[in-house]
Amino acid sequence: MTTEAGSETEVKEKAEESAAEPDQSEKATEDSQEVANAEVEEKEKAKVKEKEEKEGKGISRYLPTWLKKQKSQSQTSPTKEAPPTEEPVSKVTQEEEGPAPEVNGHAEEVEEKEEVKSEQVKEKEAETHSNASADTEPAKEEKVEESAEKSPEETKETAEGEGAEEETKEKEGAVEAEEEAGEGQTSIFQSPLRLVRKNKMKLVVCHVTLLDGTDFTCEVEKRAKGQYLFFKVCEHLNLLEKDYFGLAYQDNHDQKCWLDPTKEIKRQIRSNNWQFAFNVKFYPPDPSLLTEDITRYLLCLQLREDVASGRLPCSFVTHALLGSYTLQAEIGDYEPDQPRPLDFISQLTFAPNQNKEMEEKILELYKSHRGMTPAQADTQFLENAKKLSMYGVDLHHAKDSEGVDIMLGVCANGLLVYKDRLRINRFAWPKILKISYKRNNFYIKIRPGETEQFESTVGFKLQNHRAAKRLWKVCVENHSFFRLNAPEPPTKARFLTLGSKFRYSGRTQAQTRMASSLIDRPAPSFERTSSKRISRSLDGAPMISITEAGRESAENGREPHLELHSDSKVTVVDVSPGDAEAMPSQHSPGSSELGPPQDHDKTQEEVLKHQASISQLKRSFMEAPPPSPPQPNQWEKRLTSSPATIRLQQQQVVSVPQTEAATADNTISDTKEPAKTTEVEIEETVVVQEISRAPKPGLITVAASPPAAPSAEQEMREQEVKVQEEAVVVEEAKPRKEESISSESESEEEAEYHPYLPVSISHTQIPEEKEEEEEQEKQEEDKTAELQVLASDASSLPAEVIQPAEETSREVEESRKEDDTETEKTTNAEEEKEVERETEESTDDPMVTPDEAPNGLTLPEEGVTVMDAQAEEEEEPKMNGEPSLIEAEPLPQVICCSEPPVVKTEMVTISDTFAAQKTEIATKEVPIVHTETKTITYEAAQLDGNGDGEPGVLMTAQTITSESLCTTTTTHITKTLKGGLSETRIEKRIVITGDCDIDHDQALAQAIKEAKEQHPDMSVTRVVVHKETELAEED
Amino acid sequence: MANMCPYGHFTHAVVRGIPETFGKKAGDSQENGEVSVDLAKAQRQFGCLTGALRQKVGLQLIEIPPDPELPESWKIEDVAVIHGDTALITRPFKQQRQSEVEAVRRVMSELNLTVVEMDREQGDSVGATLEGSDILFTGREFFVGISSHTNRRGAEVLADTFRDFAVSTVPVCDGARLKNICSMGGPNTIIFSNSDGAKKTLRCWLGARRLCVMLDVRVCLQMMEQLTDHHYDVLTVPEESAANCIYIKGPSKRDFLLHRPADECPDSVSAFQKLQDYTLLPTACSEASKLGASLSSLCLLVNRKHTYF
Repeated sequence: MTTEAGSETEVKEKAEESAAEPDQSEKATEDSQEVANAEVEEKEKAKVKEKEEKEGKGISRYLPTWLKKQKSQSQTSPTKEAPPTEEPVSKVTQEEEGPAPEVNGHAEEVEEKEEVKSEQVKEKEAETHSNASADTEPAKEEKVEESAEKSPEETKETAEGEGAEEETKEKEGAVEAEEEAGEGQTSIFQSPLRLVRKNKMKLVVCHVTLLDGTDFTCEVEKRAKGQYLFFKVCEHLNLLEKDYFGLAYQDNHDQKCWLDPTKEIKRQIRSNNWQFAFNVKFYPPDPSLLTEDITRYLLCLQLREDVASGRLPCSFVTHALLGSYTLQAEIGDYEPDQPRPLDFISQLTFAPNQNKEMEEKILELYKSHRGMTPAQADTQFLENAKKLSMYGVDLHHAKDSEGVDIMLGVCANGLLVYKDRLRINRFAWPKILKISYKRNNFYIKIRPGETEQFESTVGFKLQNHRAAKRLWKVCVENHSFFRLNAPEPPTKARFLTLGSKFRYSGRTQAQTRMASSLIDRPAPSFERTSSKRISRSLDGAPMISITEAGRESAENGREPHLELHSDSKVTVVDVSPGDAEAMPSQHSPGSSELGPPQDHDKTQEEVLKHQASISQLKRSFMEAPPPSPPQPNQWEKRLTSSPATIRLQQQQVVSVPQTEAATADNTISDTKEPAKTTEVEIEETVVVQEISRAPKPGLITVAASPPAAPSAEQEMREQEVKVQEEAVVVEEAKPRKEESISSESESEEEAEYHPYLPVSISHTQIPEEKEEEEEQEKQEEDKTAELQVLASDASSLPAEVIQPAEETSREVEESRKEDDTETEKTTNAEEEKEVERETEESTDDPMVTPDEAPNGLTLPEEGVTVMDAQAEEEEEPKMNGEPSLIEAEPLPQVICCSEPPVVKTEMVTISDTFAAQKTEIATKEVPIVHTETKTITYEAAQLDGNGDGEPGVLMTAQTITSESLCTTTTTHITKTLKGGLSETRIEKRIVITGDCDIDHDQALAQAIKEAKEQHPDMSVTRVVVHKETELAEED
Repeated sequence: MANMCPYGHFTHAVVRGIPETFGKKAGDSQENGEVSVDLAKAQRQFGCLTGALRQKVGLQLIEIPPDPELPESWKIEDVAVIHGDTALITRPFKQQRQSEVEAVRRVMSELNLTVVEMDREQGDSVGATLEGSDILFTGREFFVGISSHTNRRGAEVLADTFRDFAVSTVPVCDGARLKNICSMGGPNTIIFSNSDGAKKTLRCWLGARRLCVMLDVRVCLQMMEQLTDHHYDVLTVPEESAANCIYIKGPSKRDFLLHRPADECPDSVSAFQKLQDYTLLPTACSEASKLGASLSSLCLLVNRKHTYF
């Protein structure tokens, strides 16, 4: 397969090149371009873009913002492309299925996407795509390429019924975007060799010191961005989980700085010293969650260096222990006949103050590790190192407001304040509302504590403004990486005209974990002895061959990456956003992951188990042939014509001028405040640009088990979060536009960062309200003061509140079931747990089966039902989730799918219904919405089995809305007095409603994470995810 | 890391007998004027404690004979901080007490512990004072009460000795000692007093500003909660005297909690009973507590079966 793919790629590439040549418009573009921009690059660019478009949302969430940004610039095309994509997609799929029936491969698409080599496959696809679609929409491909000169194509496309704003978007900074995309994308997706070969740019030689002490030299073009070099290094290292790492350089003042991937290298280093160090940038709090041994190995190398240099202080015993694991990993079992083993040990540096005694201790411990594999030794090393109190803490010198010397430590959990070696304060990220710097002052604004009335700002003095800015950046990056689901887009000018726009641009930990859970390549071979110190003592053990190995295999086409790509072609299907929506089967598997952030507090075993089973799930989804995408055009029209598609009871319509679209995030965060009066479980949608765009009313319902729910649930002590999502197919209209923001304009003087503002759906956004809140609700917005019934003796009130909702949802469910029966399709789907079959069916059907028309007919009624239900009491359509909840057995530490992971039902989302009703569409056109419902229950162990839980107290209900996403949280607290110990059980029902392109996983993960943060002393014992993804079909 | 294991595993206890001079504070005797202590009763109570440690809990008991010259030497907790195989010999605040360390140091060496002296680096620890009753070790980190007896320098020495651990400082004032208001009640449980009546005033830092505020014990708890990266269960007891307990997971793997008996803290006993599967050992300590000490002051706990992996 792989070999095939390789050669094919070559061929197709050529084919495309030649095909593209005669293209008029492209030539025009080229002319206008710099001569230096070789035509090949152009094409590559185009391909890349196209590819990206195809990848669409499915993947986009795994991509760092700097990729997204570029994509969004080229975002224009997705919708336009959508119709034609259909065909090629299925083609591709078939192609794939044939030769590569590899089961595992399918799960990988996420990771491989950003793989350097993946481009080949993608190109191929792009090729197929373009060929296939050539007749339908010839302009499509060119359009991408020539965003610089909009006019002719654009008109064409507009004529095709596209939202006007998208062109505008494209126009904005089109030229820059083009360039950026070209550079950036090529650097990522293109083989660097090729790039170098064909580029006439000035080349510079970069020296990168790797963690094993070796030097990696490569040529980059002078104007290359940081990411280019970084990706080359990662490629050299064969590293996939690269987000934990970064390139550092010394600035003019000998300070270590991180190379910003989105900016040109040249502008950052500010000297002609192209010397970098590859380092760990974010120390994973739990290295055992890393997917690959090679990543752990690199982390070990970094930590060995940290320990040996004293940056990571540890005690004598720990030094000895870590040293012994190092020996075991690097040289294997202790050989008793080895002469004078202490000699070589003393040549190695394990500790800053190494002495004979320590070496003896190291040797003693080393002997005891016999039989341990290098990977195990590394793991043990990390398990010990991660517990060190200074693990992953990045220290910065500062003075407090009284001029006392302190150290500020930035880490995964927050900001630590040290005086000498003593920790004198700690600001966890959730406590921090704002991080800013001004000149050499660094400020954090602190959320008021229980006893305080007002938020306070704490200031520190740094040595100079550079230091302040560096610290600020590190904070922003660490916060984003460890706390956010997705990186926050850079601030928009609207907010701050001054100040740095810097934001973390890579993937967050959540994203990278998600992505790396999909890595499915054979473990890359690498040599550990490459550690310089060690190899020295080991008669120069060869400096190996990571590179060589990699290259060889690449030549053979056996490179693991290639396999990934080929498998991943299936993924291609959801490349364009439009497609992605059409393919809930792909979407939902992803979202079935409860999301890494949740792992934060879980034990490794749980997590691992969890991940394992999830990835299995995912695989099973992936195996199912993707359905053919819908034809969004009609959809679009309908939706655009009927603003009524907004189905939610509460709507916030934010009309954002198109030029301001980029600030959508911010706008939304603003609008949240008014929304605070929302009632329980009302779903709200923020509609940005209502005119040209239908809101995408994907609806995720995270329904925490209501207290009223049967006793089985009540055995689950702590929290249940049930997520239901429905993603409704609407045509792709991406509300978020991002300009190409050049962070170069940032001011050296000041900047601020609101840790929680736009992207995260965190509750911290409206801190002012907090005083009224209950202890437990520290971080929540109290939108529902009226609903906070605080009765400590379990009142029946909440039950009452909830019960009707439950009932309605049952009604809804029943009605739907009936409908289902009619449709003959998946009648029993809910009851039967034939996962695989269902999956396939559901994915296949939309395309193949003729019963869709009947389904379509049933839609209106369903819709009505749903509507009614909603009208009665804003209840999220809970569908299949209900039974699953009840059935959920208290299996400790097991994820039980109490329902088939995919239950195909038919249902209409409310939005659709609206559309259908208002526009009176002919029956034929009534969309068929396939709902994929999935319930996953996760439970922790040790539920102490007294199910005497009273109905809880409804604590809060809140709704948080961001641009594409609406989260409604209802909290019930049940307090039980048992043997003098009061036991509090909190059940949260979180309803996440959102567009198709929200990341449900992350939303859920975030919700869970926040639940944990709000109740740090509690543990999540059960999470029920109920998700519904809908897929509209039109015939 | 190597040294990190759940709190509470001990194999040995080191105690020092009650001298006849019990009740006479070392050095200045004037502050002791009003307190009348019953020596015999104190010795009886001491005997009960050691008996419980030896027979009930099953620890190896090492008793250092009392020294009449050192009237406060029975507060042996103050003079050493032990974790893993490292014993930091402290420097008590009062000059007169500093000779108490010698006998303890000998015992530590006999136990094969790595003895670390506070004044090994003269430059660094000049003026450093540290007393064990200001140190709460949770198994994962240290909290040091910066009090009248323990200063920042001392805490730094502690941090330097136990480098693997975070050492957080919690300012305490008005003569309070950290261990008087809290102690470990389990591997993951801190017992805290919630005494409204006796609002011990503590001096806390707010933010990074050195705001000295008089606040009650709960603020101290909050402070600790803010400083830690971990989550602890907090068992609050209504009486301050009840907050100092000794938790030991004995060789038999059972959970033991030595606490003040019902007649010394009537309201708190019910709180201890919430601790499931614990063997509660009410241990009187009324005489020692008159001198500002408590149960934990009377012993040093050592784990010689410490494993590193």
